[in-house]
Amino acid sequence: MAIETATIQEKIAQEFGSNVLDFQTQQGIFSFEASSEKIHDVIHFLKEDADLNFHFLTDLCGIHYPDNDDNHQFAVVYHMHNWVENTRIKIKTYLNGANPELKTASNLFLSANWMERETFDFYGINFIGHPQLKRILNMDEMVSFPMRKEFPMEDSGRTDKDDRFFGRTAMNSQHSI
Amino acid sequence: MSTRTKLVPPPEGVSGEGFFATKLNDVVGLARANSLWPLPFATSCCGIEFMATMASHYDLARFGSERVSFSPRQADMLMVMGTISKKMAPILRQVYEQMSEPRWVISVGACACSGGIFDTYSVLQGIDKVIPVDVYVPGCPPRPEQIVDGVMQLQELVRNESVRRRNSPEYKELLASYNL
Repeated sequence: MAIETATIQEKIAQEFGSNVLDFQTQQGIFSFEASSEKIHDVIHFLKEDADLNFHFLTDLCGIHYPDNDDNHQFAVVYHMHNWVENTRIKIKTYLNGANPELKTASNLFLSANWMERETFDFYGINFIGHPQLKRILNMDEMVSFPMRKEFPMEDSGRTDKDDRFFGRTAMNSQHSI
Repeated sequence: MSTRTKLVPPPEGVSGEGFFATKLNDVVGLARANSLWPLPFATSCCGIEFMATMASHYDLARFGSERVSFSPRQADMLMVMGTISKKMAPILRQVYEQMSEPRWVISVGACACSGGIFDTYSVLQGIDKVIPVDVYVPGCPPRPEQIVDGVMQLQELVRNESVRRRNSPEYKELLASYNL
Protein backbone atom coordinates (compact mmCIF):
# COMPACT_ATOMS: atom_id res chain seq x y z
CA MET A 1 0.00 0.00 0.00
CA ALA A 2 2.51 2.52 1.17
CA ILE A 3 4.13 4.86 -1.30
CA GLU A 4 7.65 3.81 -2.22
CA THR A 5 10.21 5.94 -0.42
CA ALA A 6 12.26 6.07 -3.63
CA THR A 7 9.28 7.63 -5.42
CA ILE A 8 8.84 10.25 -2.71
CA GLN A 9 12.54 11.08 -2.66
CA GLU A 10 12.67 11.40 -6.42
CA LYS A 11 9.68 13.74 -6.58
CA ILE A 12 10.91 15.96 -3.77
CA ALA A 13 14.50 16.11 -5.02
CA GLN A 14 13.27 16.96 -8.48
CA GLU A 15 11.10 19.79 -7.16
CA PHE A 16 13.45 21.31 -4.61
CA GLY A 17 16.96 20.31 -5.67
CA SER A 18 19.60 21.37 -3.18
CA ASN A 19 17.08 22.69 -0.66
CA VAL A 20 16.32 19.17 0.49
CA LEU A 21 18.96 16.76 1.77
CA ASP A 22 19.79 13.95 4.14
CA PHE A 23 17.14 11.45 3.01
CA GLN A 24 16.96 8.46 5.33
CA THR A 25 14.57 6.11 7.04
CA GLN A 26 14.47 6.54 10.80
CA GLN A 27 12.36 4.30 13.02
CA GLY A 28 10.54 3.12 9.93
CA ILE A 29 9.60 6.66 8.90
CA PHE A 30 11.02 8.26 5.81
CA SER A 31 12.74 11.49 6.83
CA PHE A 32 14.62 14.34 5.26
CA GLU A 33 15.89 17.80 5.98
CA ALA A 34 14.67 20.92 4.23
CA SER A 35 16.08 24.44 4.29
CA SER A 36 14.10 26.87 6.43
CA GLU A 37 13.49 29.19 3.45
CA LYS A 38 11.80 26.44 1.48
CA ILE A 39 10.05 24.54 4.25
CA HIS A 40 6.69 26.17 3.59
CA ASP A 41 6.86 25.21 -0.08
CA VAL A 42 7.94 21.68 0.79
CA ILE A 43 4.96 21.22 3.13
CA HIS A 44 2.66 22.72 0.54
CA PHE A 45 4.04 20.41 -2.15
CA LEU A 46 3.72 17.32 0.04
CA LYS A 47 0.14 18.22 0.82
CA GLU A 48 -1.05 19.19 -2.64
CA ASP A 49 0.82 16.79 -4.92
CA ALA A 50 -1.72 14.27 -6.23
CA ASP A 51 0.56 11.26 -5.78
CA LEU A 52 2.06 12.17 -2.43
CA ASN A 53 -1.09 13.57 -0.80
CA PHE A 54 0.27 14.00 2.73
CA HIS A 55 -2.94 15.69 3.78
CA PHE A 56 -2.63 15.36 7.56
CA LEU A 57 -0.21 17.18 9.85
CA THR A 58 0.29 14.78 12.74
CA ASP A 59 2.73 16.84 14.72
CA LEU A 60 4.85 19.94 14.69
CA CYS A 61 7.40 20.62 17.36
CA GLY A 62 10.67 22.31 18.19
CA ILE A 63 14.03 20.97 19.33
CA HIS A 64 16.96 22.81 20.84
CA TYR A 65 20.49 21.58 20.07
CA PRO A 66 22.73 23.72 22.28
CA ASP A 67 25.91 21.99 21.03
CA ASN A 68 25.31 22.61 17.34
CA ASP A 69 26.73 25.54 15.40
CA ASP A 70 24.84 28.81 15.21
CA ASN A 71 22.87 27.91 12.12
CA HIS A 72 21.69 24.61 13.54
CA GLN A 73 20.71 25.66 17.08
CA PHE A 74 17.02 25.01 16.65
CA ALA A 75 15.04 22.54 14.63
CA VAL A 76 11.37 22.37 13.76
CA VAL A 77 10.03 18.92 12.96
CA TYR A 78 6.94 18.23 10.90
CA HIS A 79 5.27 14.83 10.89
CA MET A 80 2.84 14.28 8.04
CA HIS A 81 0.58 11.37 7.23
CA ASN A 82 -1.12 10.14 4.11
CA TRP A 83 -4.18 8.29 5.40
CA VAL A 84 -5.11 6.83 2.03
CA GLU A 85 -1.80 5.05 1.52
CA ASN A 86 -1.00 4.95 5.23
CA THR A 87 2.40 6.51 4.70
CA ARG A 88 4.14 8.80 7.14
CA ILE A 89 6.91 11.29 6.57
CA LYS A 90 9.08 13.45 8.79
CA ILE A 91 10.64 16.74 7.74
CA LYS A 92 13.19 18.58 9.80
CA THR A 93 14.39 22.12 9.30
CA TYR A 94 17.21 23.83 11.16
CA LEU A 95 17.12 27.44 12.32
CA ASN A 96 19.62 30.04 13.38
CA GLY A 97 20.13 30.38 17.13
CA ALA A 98 20.07 34.18 17.22
CA ASN A 99 17.10 34.61 14.97
CA PRO A 100 14.96 31.47 14.85
CA GLU A 101 12.17 32.20 12.40
CA LEU A 102 10.37 30.56 9.54
CA LYS A 103 7.09 30.82 7.69
CA THR A 104 3.96 29.58 9.39
CA ALA A 105 2.25 26.41 8.20
CA SER A 106 -1.07 27.51 9.70
CA ASN A 107 -2.32 28.71 6.32
CA LEU A 108 -1.89 25.13 5.03
CA PHE A 109 -3.04 23.23 8.10
CA LEU A 110 -5.31 24.85 10.69
CA SER A 111 -3.99 22.34 13.21
CA ALA A 112 -0.59 24.00 12.93
CA ASN A 113 -1.98 27.08 14.68
CA TRP A 114 -1.82 25.73 18.23
CA MET A 115 1.25 23.58 17.62
CA GLU A 116 3.18 26.60 16.40
CA ARG A 117 2.01 28.60 19.38
CA GLU A 118 3.29 25.83 21.62
CA THR A 119 6.63 25.78 19.81
CA PHE A 120 6.86 29.54 20.20
CA ASP A 121 5.89 29.27 23.85
CA PHE A 122 8.63 26.80 24.71
CA TYR A 123 11.42 27.62 22.24
CA GLY A 124 10.77 31.19 21.16
CA ILE A 125 10.69 30.21 17.50
CA ASN A 126 9.03 32.93 15.48
CA PHE A 127 6.49 31.73 12.91
CA ILE A 128 6.13 34.53 10.40
CA GLY A 129 2.54 35.10 9.32
CA HIS A 130 0.99 33.23 12.22
CA PRO A 131 -2.42 34.79 13.04
CA GLN A 132 -1.97 34.83 16.82
CA LEU A 133 1.55 34.02 17.94
CA LYS A 134 1.31 34.21 21.72
CA ARG A 135 1.89 31.83 24.61
CA ILE A 136 -0.54 28.96 24.84
CA LEU A 137 0.41 26.70 27.78
CA ASN A 138 2.56 28.87 30.02
CA MET A 139 1.38 31.96 31.79
CA ASP A 140 1.47 35.14 29.72
CA GLU A 141 3.82 36.92 32.14
CA MET A 142 6.60 34.42 31.58
CA VAL A 143 9.65 35.92 29.91
CA SER A 144 11.80 32.84 29.30
CA PHE A 145 11.40 30.05 26.78
CA PRO A 146 11.62 27.18 29.24
CA MET A 147 12.55 24.31 26.91
CA ARG A 148 15.68 26.12 25.79
CA LYS A 149 18.54 24.44 27.58
CA GLU A 150 19.94 27.65 29.06
CA PHE A 151 16.87 28.06 31.25
CA PRO A 152 16.66 25.97 34.43
CA MET A 153 13.82 23.51 34.80
CA GLU A 154 13.46 24.14 38.52
CA ASP A 155 11.42 26.94 39.97
CA SER A 156 13.52 29.49 41.80
CA GLY A 157 10.72 30.18 44.27
CA ARG A 158 11.03 26.77 45.88
CA THR A 159 11.77 27.09 49.57
CA ASP A 160 11.26 23.64 51.10
CA LYS A 161 14.10 21.84 49.32
CA ASP A 162 17.73 21.72 50.34
CA ASP A 163 19.67 22.22 47.14
CA ARG A 164 22.41 19.81 48.17
CA PHE A 165 20.05 16.85 48.33
CA PHE A 166 17.88 17.48 45.33
CA GLY A 167 20.37 18.00 42.52
CA ARG A 168 19.70 21.69 42.31
CA THR A 169 22.67 23.82 41.44
CA ALA A 170 23.53 27.27 42.68
CA MET A 171 22.95 28.63 39.20
CA ASN A 172 19.42 27.30 39.18
CA SER A 173 18.48 28.84 42.48
CA GLN A 174 19.92 32.22 41.51
CA HIS A 175 18.03 32.32 38.28
CA SER A 176 14.62 33.88 38.60
CA ILE A 177 11.86 33.52 36.12
CA MET B 1 -35.89 7.49 73.73
CA SER B 2 -32.49 6.16 72.80
CA THR B 3 -30.91 7.50 69.66
CA ARG B 4 -27.62 6.91 67.90
CA THR B 5 -27.55 10.48 66.69
CA LYS B 6 -24.79 12.41 68.39
CA LEU B 7 -25.33 16.05 69.12
CA VAL B 8 -22.55 18.58 69.39
CA PRO B 9 -22.00 19.30 73.08
CA PRO B 10 -23.01 22.80 74.14
CA PRO B 11 -20.29 25.31 74.95
CA GLU B 12 -19.36 26.18 78.49
CA GLY B 13 -21.96 28.30 80.15
CA VAL B 14 -24.38 28.80 82.95
CA SER B 15 -27.69 27.09 82.68
CA GLY B 16 -30.73 27.37 84.86
CA GLU B 17 -34.43 26.89 84.56
CA GLY B 18 -35.42 28.15 81.12
CA PHE B 19 -32.16 29.88 80.28
CA PHE B 20 -28.62 29.18 79.16
CA ALA B 21 -25.97 31.87 79.23
CA THR B 22 -22.69 31.62 77.33
CA LYS B 23 -20.33 33.67 75.21
CA LEU B 24 -21.39 34.82 71.76
CA ASN B 25 -17.98 33.79 70.47
CA ASP B 26 -18.57 30.19 71.53
CA VAL B 27 -22.02 29.97 70.00
CA VAL B 28 -20.95 31.49 66.70
CA GLY B 29 -17.85 29.29 66.66
CA LEU B 30 -19.96 26.22 67.35
CA ALA B 31 -22.37 27.06 64.55
CA ARG B 32 -19.67 27.89 62.05
CA ALA B 33 -17.49 24.90 62.86
CA ASN B 34 -20.31 22.45 62.36
CA SER B 35 -21.62 23.81 59.10
CA LEU B 36 -18.52 24.38 57.00
CA TRP B 37 -19.56 24.35 53.37
CA PRO B 38 -16.65 23.14 51.31
CA LEU B 39 -15.74 24.50 47.90
CA PRO B 40 -13.66 21.82 46.21
CA PHE B 41 -10.98 23.20 43.92
CA ALA B 42 -9.78 19.84 42.65
CA THR B 43 -7.24 19.65 39.87
CA SER B 44 -5.78 16.17 40.14
CA CYS B 45 -5.44 12.96 42.16
CA CYS B 46 -6.06 14.59 45.56
CA GLY B 47 -9.45 15.48 44.12
CA ILE B 48 -10.15 11.78 43.65
CA GLU B 49 -9.35 11.22 47.32
CA PHE B 50 -11.72 14.06 48.14
CA MET B 51 -14.47 12.29 46.20
CA ALA B 52 -13.89 9.25 48.41
CA THR B 53 -13.97 11.55 51.43
CA MET B 54 -17.34 12.94 50.42
CA ALA B 55 -18.80 9.53 49.57
CA SER B 56 -20.66 7.29 51.99
CA HIS B 57 -17.69 5.33 53.33
CA TYR B 58 -15.87 8.29 54.88
CA ASP B 59 -18.85 10.66 54.70
CA LEU B 60 -17.64 14.19 55.33
CA ALA B 61 -21.31 15.07 55.90
CA ARG B 62 -20.88 13.78 59.46
CA PHE B 63 -18.88 16.95 60.13
CA GLY B 64 -21.53 19.31 58.81
CA SER B 65 -20.07 19.51 55.33
CA GLU B 66 -22.86 17.75 53.51
CA ARG B 67 -23.50 20.60 51.17
CA VAL B 68 -20.64 20.97 48.72
CA SER B 69 -20.86 24.47 47.38
CA PHE B 70 -19.77 24.90 43.80
CA SER B 71 -20.26 28.62 44.07
CA PRO B 72 -17.52 30.47 45.95
CA ARG B 73 -20.05 32.97 47.28
CA GLN B 74 -21.84 30.42 49.45
CA ALA B 75 -18.75 28.52 50.57
CA ASP B 76 -16.84 28.78 53.84
CA MET B 77 -13.97 26.42 53.26
CA LEU B 78 -11.90 26.42 50.09
CA MET B 79 -10.27 23.03 49.64
CA VAL B 80 -7.45 23.20 47.13
CA MET B 81 -6.57 19.71 46.00
CA GLY B 82 -3.92 19.10 43.41
CA THR B 83 -1.20 20.77 41.41
CA ILE B 84 -1.78 24.45 40.75
CA SER B 85 0.11 25.66 37.73
CA LYS B 86 1.25 29.26 37.54
CA LYS B 87 -1.30 29.84 34.84
CA MET B 88 -4.00 28.61 37.21
CA ALA B 89 -2.83 30.81 40.12
CA PRO B 90 -4.79 33.97 39.15
CA ILE B 91 -7.96 31.87 38.81
CA LEU B 92 -7.44 30.40 42.28
CA ARG B 93 -6.99 33.92 43.61
CA GLN B 94 -10.16 35.02 41.91
CA VAL B 95 -12.09 32.15 43.48
CA TYR B 96 -10.70 33.10 46.88
CA GLU B 97 -11.62 36.74 46.35
CA GLN B 98 -15.17 35.77 45.45
CA MET B 99 -15.67 33.96 48.76
CA SER B 100 -17.31 36.03 51.45
CA GLU B 101 -15.90 36.36 54.94
CA PRO B 102 -15.42 34.38 57.05
CA ARG B 103 -13.50 32.07 54.75
CA TRP B 104 -10.95 29.36 55.38
CA VAL B 105 -8.55 27.49 53.15
CA ILE B 106 -7.35 23.90 53.39
CA SER B 107 -4.41 22.97 51.21
CA VAL B 108 -4.68 19.25 50.48
CA GLY B 109 -1.71 17.25 49.27
CA ALA B 110 1.95 17.89 48.62
CA CYS B 111 1.41 19.81 45.37
CA ALA B 112 -0.98 22.35 46.83
CA CYS B 113 1.19 22.72 49.95
CA SER B 114 4.61 23.08 48.35
CA GLY B 115 4.53 22.17 44.67
CA GLY B 116 5.22 18.54 45.53
CA ILE B 117 7.31 16.65 43.03
CA PHE B 118 6.74 19.39 40.47
CA ASP B 119 9.76 21.53 41.17
CA THR B 120 9.44 23.15 37.79
CA TYR B 121 9.00 26.44 36.02
CA SER B 122 5.31 25.98 35.29
CA VAL B 123 4.04 24.97 38.72
CA LEU B 124 3.17 27.21 41.63
CA GLN B 125 5.37 26.19 44.56
CA GLY B 126 2.56 26.02 47.08
CA ILE B 127 -0.74 27.89 47.06
CA ASP B 128 0.38 29.95 50.04
CA LYS B 129 2.35 31.96 47.50
CA VAL B 130 -0.94 33.47 46.34
CA ILE B 131 -3.57 32.99 49.07
CA PRO B 132 -3.43 32.54 52.86
CA VAL B 133 -3.82 28.93 54.02
CA ASP B 134 -5.27 27.77 57.35
CA VAL B 135 -4.61 24.03 57.32
CA TYR B 136 -2.08 22.00 55.35
CA VAL B 137 -2.80 18.32 54.73
CA PRO B 138 0.35 16.42 53.71
CA GLY B 139 0.38 13.33 51.54
CA CYS B 140 0.71 12.36 47.93
CA PRO B 141 -2.20 11.95 47.79
CA PRO B 142 -3.43 12.00 51.40
CA ARG B 143 -5.85 9.28 52.43
CA PRO B 144 -9.44 10.32 53.11
CA GLU B 145 -8.76 9.92 56.83
CA GLN B 146 -6.08 12.60 56.54
CA ILE B 147 -8.43 14.94 54.69
CA VAL B 148 -11.08 14.37 57.37
CA ASP B 149 -8.42 15.08 59.99
CA GLY B 150 -7.56 18.31 58.16
CA VAL B 151 -11.21 19.33 58.24
CA MET B 152 -11.38 18.51 61.96
CA GLN B 153 -8.28 20.62 62.57
CA LEU B 154 -9.97 23.45 60.74
CA GLN B 155 -13.13 22.96 62.79
CA GLU B 156 -10.99 23.41 65.87
CA LEU B 157 -9.63 26.67 64.46
CA VAL B 158 -13.09 27.89 63.53
CA ARG B 159 -14.56 26.95 66.90
CA ASN B 160 -11.97 29.04 68.72
CA GLU B 161 -11.84 31.96 66.34
CA SER B 162 -12.95 35.30 67.71
CA VAL B 163 -15.90 36.86 65.92
CA ARG B 164 -13.83 40.02 65.73
CA ARG B 165 -10.81 38.39 64.10
CA ARG B 166 -11.83 39.28 60.54
CA ASN B 167 -11.94 42.96 61.47
CA SER B 168 -8.63 42.96 63.28
CA PRO B 169 -5.63 44.89 61.95
CA GLU B 170 -3.58 41.67 61.99
CA TYR B 171 -6.01 39.99 59.62
CA LYS B 172 -6.08 43.00 57.34
CA GLU B 173 -2.32 43.02 57.37
CA LEU B 174 -2.32 39.34 56.41
CA LEU B 175 -4.59 40.00 53.44
CA ALA B 176 -2.56 43.03 52.48
CA SER B 177 0.56 40.90 52.41
CA TYR B 178 -1.14 38.86 49.68
CA ASN B 179 -2.40 42.01 47.92
CA LEU B 180 -5.97 40.90 48.51
